[in-house]
Amino acid sequence: MGLLDKEFTDSNIIITKSEDLLNWARLSSLWQLTFGLACCAIEMMATSASHYDFDRFGVIPRPSPRQADVIIVSGTVTLKMASRIKRLYEQMPDPKYVISMGSCSNSGGPYWQYGYHVLKGVDRIIPVDVYVPGCPPRPEALLEGLLKLQEKIRHEKLTKQTA
Amino acid sequence: MKTPEEVYNILKEKFGEDVILSYDDSQPVEPVISVDPLKIHEVGKFLRDDENLLFDSLMVLSGVDDFNGKKVKDEEGNMKEEGRTLSVYYNLHSMKLNHKVLVKVSTPIEDPKVESVEHVWRTADWHEREAYDMYGIIFLNHHDLRRILMPDDWGERYPLRKDYEDPEYYNGMKVPY
Repeated sequence: MGLLDKEFTDSNIIITKSEDLLNWARLSSLWQLTFGLACCAIEMMATSASHYDFDRFGVIPRPSPRQADVIIVSGTVTLKMASRIKRLYEQMPDPKYVISMGSCSNSGGPYWQYGYHVLKGVDRIIPVDVYVPGCPPRPEALLEGLLKLQEKIRHEKLTKQTA
Repeated sequence: MKTPEEVYNILKEKFGEDVILSYDDSQPVEPVISVDPLKIHEVGKFLRDDENLLFDSLMVLSGVDDFNGKKVKDEEGNMKEEGRTLSVYYNLHSMKLNHKVLVKVSTPIEDPKVESVEHVWRTADWHEREAYDMYGIIFLNHHDLRRILMPDDWGERYPLRKDYEDPEYYNGMKVPY
């Protein structure tokens, strides 16, 4: 789907569904609440940096939950940190999305058995939209995770409750 | 420069065998000098200040669960554990004289109390808090003995003890996989 292909050739008029317009606007500027917790954060920073250039998808890191659309939980979620993540997620305005990056955040990763301090998956406290596997995932994997999220947003319905 | 055995002899002469308990060189890496846990602060101060020793640097302080308890039956025939100890190891180094020594104290797990050496080496402050956090060793006369890594509301649980088991829930979050 694109918006510009529906543009009339000799005027400034575009005809589209309001649903498509809203979805297009949302998926094109996903501002991320950076939540780097461990080595995955290094890959996330690399993804934001010039070589992989997250900004070409409209992703800008925001230090405040109030201005963020998506939280990328990248790293080991400890039990101590879990309540902070939950609070930050609750402070984000709707519509909001969650990308869980890396094995630790997906399921506890290498700490799944003896990690007395690790939450075994961030989906135990907040709803996750996209899981990016890897330990840590390459920047390409995170980029694909973002594309998957964009695809998900593209097909959202105004009338249907999501998340 | 002094060998650990010479250090042990100096200590034994100064404090006697009631305080300096034993010298064990059967270990593969370093000989170990065992000290009374309630006198370690005095021994530490002497190790730091004596002009032949000058151990001015506490490289690391570590807690250990020896897990050496013996299973015995009490009068009613129930099994219980006896004689299990927690230990604290002090790796000392002298910058001036360039020698090292390994000192240890052991304390019963039912009432694990060790004198703090925080006033002797400031490094010990956070190291002792960590040993308290992970093993529940109480350091007497420590100025701020509270958890350093685990959450403050973690409760009476010490995760690096050998018989530690995860709680089912912590603050409403399921802990086991």
